[in-house]
Amino acid sequence: MGSATIGLNHFLVLSGILFTIGMFGVLTRRNAIAVLMSTELMFNAVNITLVAFSRYLAPAAFTGQIVAFFTIIIAAAEATVALAIVLLIYRSFQGINVDRINFMKW
Amino acid sequence: MTDAFLTNLAFYVISFCVIAGGIFVVSSRNLFHSAVFLVFTLFSVAGIFVMLSAYLLAAIQVLVYVGAVAMLMIFGVMLTTQLSNVRIRYMNEQVWPALLICAGFLALLVYGLTDTPFATGNVAAPVEGAKAIGTLLMTKYVLPFEMVSVLLLAALVGAIVIAKKD
Amino acid sequence: MFELRGLIDTIWGWIAGLLADIGLSAGLVQLIGYAIIAAVLFGVIALVVLFLVWWERKVSAKMQDRLGPMRVGWHGIIQTIADAMKLLQKEDITPKNIDFPIHFWAPVITFVAAFMVYVTVPFGKGLIVADLNVGVLYIIAITTFTVIGLLMAGWGSNNKYALLGGFRSAAQVVSYEVPLTLSLLGVIMISQTLSLGTIVGQQDGFFKWYVWRQPLGFVIFWIAATAECNRTPFDLPEADSELVAGFVTEYSGMKFAMFFLAEFLNMFTASVVAVTLFFGGWMSPFGPDFGPSWLWFFAKTFFFVFVLMWFRWTYPRLRVDQLMGFAWKVLLPLAFLNILLTGLGIYIFD
Repeated sequence: MGSATIGLNHFLVLSGILFTIGMFGVLTRRNAIAVLMSTELMFNAVNITLVAFSRYLAPAAFTGQIVAFFTIIIAAAEATVALAIVLLIYRSFQGINVDRINFMKW
Repeated sequence: MTDAFLTNLAFYVISFCVIAGGIFVVSSRNLFHSAVFLVFTLFSVAGIFVMLSAYLLAAIQVLVYVGAVAMLMIFGVMLTTQLSNVRIRYMNEQVWPALLICAGFLALLVYGLTDTPFATGNVAAPVEGAKAIGTLLMTKYVLPFEMVSVLLLAALVGAIVIAKKD
Repeated sequence: MFELRGLIDTIWGWIAGLLADIGLSAGLVQLIGYAIIAAVLFGVIALVVLFLVWWERKVSAKMQDRLGPMRVGWHGIIQTIADAMKLLQKEDITPKNIDFPIHFWAPVITFVAAFMVYVTVPFGKGLIVADLNVGVLYIIAITTFTVIGLLMAGWGSNNKYALLGGFRSAAQVVSYEVPLTLSLLGVIMISQTLSLGTIVGQQDGFFKWYVWRQPLGFVIFWIAATAECNRTPFDLPEADSELVAGFVTEYSGMKFAMFFLAEFLNMFTASVVAVTLFFGGWMSPFGPDFGPSWLWFFAKTFFFVFVLMWFRWTYPRLRVDQLMGFAWKVLLPLAFLNILLTGLGIYIFD
């Protein structure tokens, strides 16, 4: 990286890399919980972007931080419900590999 | 932390932790290891928030993600993993296409992000974030705040109903 | 007069001058400064913990009309150091079918997390490493790492007792964290800040201690904190009669010592938070300038540690269902009631 000080772009690129890693996980992992963890990585990447924009574009308004705050809460709610579903799937399929749960597909 | 050297060092160390942790999360064969690396990554992201002077958000990140979400993940892993030494495929057959797509997406993203001129001024970091955010949540953003609380309640009840044995 | 801040500033000024003289940049000097602060803090906390282990044994001995350790040093005061040496020399047994990295890192994470809390604790007048403006939240957030450590220990050991102990402790700590956090909210509502330094600064006088305005909050906090540290009557995670030793079953040598020290450290942390938020921190009862502040801080904190030890030798252990029911059906509604009352109080009196 050429520039001497850390700026907005550094955080955005970091967030992009993290998002891509999460996306790769969602696309390739077979285990449902691993997929969930990868989505958490994507959520976090987006949060970094939001907070970075909030810090560098309008630090006094806190809009980005508040949206990131809501993202965290909703991610927690999502994780709860998703894990409940995963447990249910585990009980009826004796496994949680997402490529096996295809009985809706003909 | 006014010194540029320290800031740069901190940023690169934390970024390395975030990226390495993320790679281990998606590539680790052992799910429990994935979950532990997820904790590590989320904690490093809190470090990034500190660097962006979002201290309240960093604390909430650790509290909610490490204390709740990651713990749920670990519980999920513990409850659904069959303890066997059979080595099964842990990735599906789309690894190479996915890698290609992700690389392309990342290249596009980095190009787009670094090429866009953002209107960054030399604005100073706000000092007292917690109070301002709290006030905003109770005034300007009170409707989303209440809706999120209803959503949380719904998620709580929903999760119990779904996971309950009948 | 007896304050340590001036002394520390003088010593650090001397060291920083020395480092600058040999040509280090300001950033590097700052980095070395942080490292020294961390090392000193670690040393002080380690000494406190060693003392606490000895003290627990002495207190329990006195309560059971025994003598306790008497041989090594005056009244056995360096018994803990002897024990630590013994544990260091012991063979570090790693069972066969364990998940090694998880098993190895669990005690490290628990110990480091227990130690990291002290970054934002005001030990005395000016004796605070970093007065974070989210201090209270920081402490609550960092202590959640303990649970991750316990779960890792339970899972990594590949042992049914360890796993059950890990599960139990995770469930317990997560449940009691909710009333604990809510009970601290009352103090935060009155003080209008999350910074521990400011909260202590507001309690300059015996009757300004927040315990007088938050008695219910303090009681809830103290019960929940006892459960958080896995102390009797809430010591189910390592109920020796049911679970061998809970999540530490498969640990030996140095790793066991780390769990053991982390447990005592958590006990000290609970007392520190109680003192800082409810009992004026380093403020003496007679105003801010009576006697050395750090001495008052440690005196109060050790008193609360003593109360925890007293609990241990007074109460029997709860059952699992009683434990969970108590957290969700008694403490949580009381914590909400406390918040409501605090809000009403602020509305009426301010």
